[in-house]
Amino acid sequence: MLYTLLCYNKEDVVWSWSKEEDEAVMNRLGVVHERLVKEGKLGPALRLLPTTTATTLRGPDMVIDGPFAETKEQLLGFYVIDVPDLEAALAIARELSAANPTSVYEIRPVALYLPEARANPPTDRVKAY
Amino acid sequence: MNQVIHDPAWIDSTLIAARPQAVSALLRYFRDMDAAEEAYQEACLRALRNWPQNGPPRDPVAWLILVGRNAALDGTRRQSRNVALPPDELISDLTDAETPLVDRLDDSHYRDDVLRLLFICCHPELAATQQVALALRIVSGLSVAQIARAFLTSDAAMEQRITRAKARIAKANVPFETPGPIERGERLAAVATMIYLLFNEGYTAGNDPARASLCDEAIRLARLLLRLFPTEPEIMGLTALMLLQQSRLSARFDDAGEVILLENQDRALWNAKLVNEGIALLDKAMRNNRPGPYQVQAAIAATHARAPEFTETDWAAIDALYAALERMQPSPVITLNRAVATAKLHGPEAGLAMIAPLEKALSGYFHYFGARGAFLLQLGRTAEARTDFDRAIALAGTPAQASHIRRHLDRLMQDQI
Repeated sequence: MLYTLLCYNKEDVVWSWSKEEDEAVMNRLGVVHERLVKEGKLGPALRLLPTTTATTLRGPDMVIDGPFAETKEQLLGFYVIDVPDLEAALAIARELSAANPTSVYEIRPVALYLPEARANPPTDRVKAY
Repeated sequence: MNQVIHDPAWIDSTLIAARPQAVSALLRYFRDMDAAEEAYQEACLRALRNWPQNGPPRDPVAWLILVGRNAALDGTRRQSRNVALPPDELISDLTDAETPLVDRLDDSHYRDDVLRLLFICCHPELAATQQVALALRIVSGLSVAQIARAFLTSDAAMEQRITRAKARIAKANVPFETPGPIERGERLAAVATMIYLLFNEGYTAGNDPARASLCDEAIRLARLLLRLFPTEPEIMGLTALMLLQQSRLSARFDDAGEVILLENQDRALWNAKLVNEGIALLDKAMRNNRPGPYQVQAAIAATHARAPEFTETDWAAIDALYAALERMQPSPVITLNRAVATAKLHGPEAGLAMIAPLEKALSGYFHYFGARGAFLLQLGRTAEARTDFDRAIALAGTPAQASHIRRHLDRLMQDQI
């Protein structure tokens, strides 16, 4: 089974960490990452830029500066896309939104991306439904 | 029991992060700066006693406000009738006591509270340095000694500066009603200026860590402002500008503390994390089609950040951005900066022509003579270049600025031997 682990924290605290504090945490995480890669358990991982950089799309035509702030909806899935800028990211989000109009898409730039590092990543373990 | 709460660093960073919102909400209750500060102090003391035992509250900011307010009311009642409020241990367990408070302190309240607190600090009657010192003391919670060190002055002098500033604003009568949209916009603009001032205090200080930390504090306040006002493109621009400038920190000085100019910086030392955040924010700001000076300045910084090497800098873009900035905020300093880009595009002669009319306005400005000296040097007019470099040294504000120009002069001397 594939699982996603979502990390939550207070971003005003985390983004005020000094370089040393940040590196200390990242180094501790790095030890875990390395072992998980060796064990063939770690897929791609990423760290997001703070919510101050977020833009939210509510339906294909409604762009809102800021993060997704409601508690009525739940996180159901995510995409990682590789495009030159926010406008291009929004264009894709609009397409998704047109196909799935009741969903909200929050667009968050990625601060750090660790690509798939395993020799044999899964290809067919989770079937499309 | 939650393990993290035993980490004193976690409590410290939580208290630091909670301070602007908690103090500003307490200020709304008490309408008195000293009372708000004292209440917050007391709440922090109680948090240090209470949190390690009982675990962290669900919403630390709301906890601190509630406990701070009760502590102050408790003090008042003890003076009058000796009736105490429920102990804090109960408060942190009673989610039903916390919930309505959290509901009342939703973002719309917080944001006007924090904005008011910052706005009070940049009251027009206060000198710029007073505004910044006051914000550091009240909003950021730095000690007088820390602020004194950052401003290279004695503790006693800084204490006096802050006390006087407080006395002034106590008389200023800042209204506590929720501001209207126009007033809110004016407050935001004044606060943005003050935050950028704070950043520049740290930025010009360069490699002195006590002063350079002012840059981090300015960025922290800007991020806070941006979380409260997520749709303001100029606040995005200001934050992006500071992040992009701060990204070059490790590359700006050599081991001896000498300034390394942009063209000579090792771009591998630029902090990619800050660059990415800055560019992402600017990208978002520009989609609003409401340009302003911070966005344009951030765009200039981003153009530099995007160039892998100095020689690959898009000078045409920078020239155009400075031209836009000149239209928004006509100023000889901006024209001087534009001239540097123009000279890269069209040669030093063009740069020289552009700054010729500025001599009177900038006769006391270090960078004017530094830049003109450099143009003259490129044109081989060494005697005139030397005169300008001498004048620049006389006007230098920091030892690093002076020694940078001195290196130009040294090179001139060597060339002549």
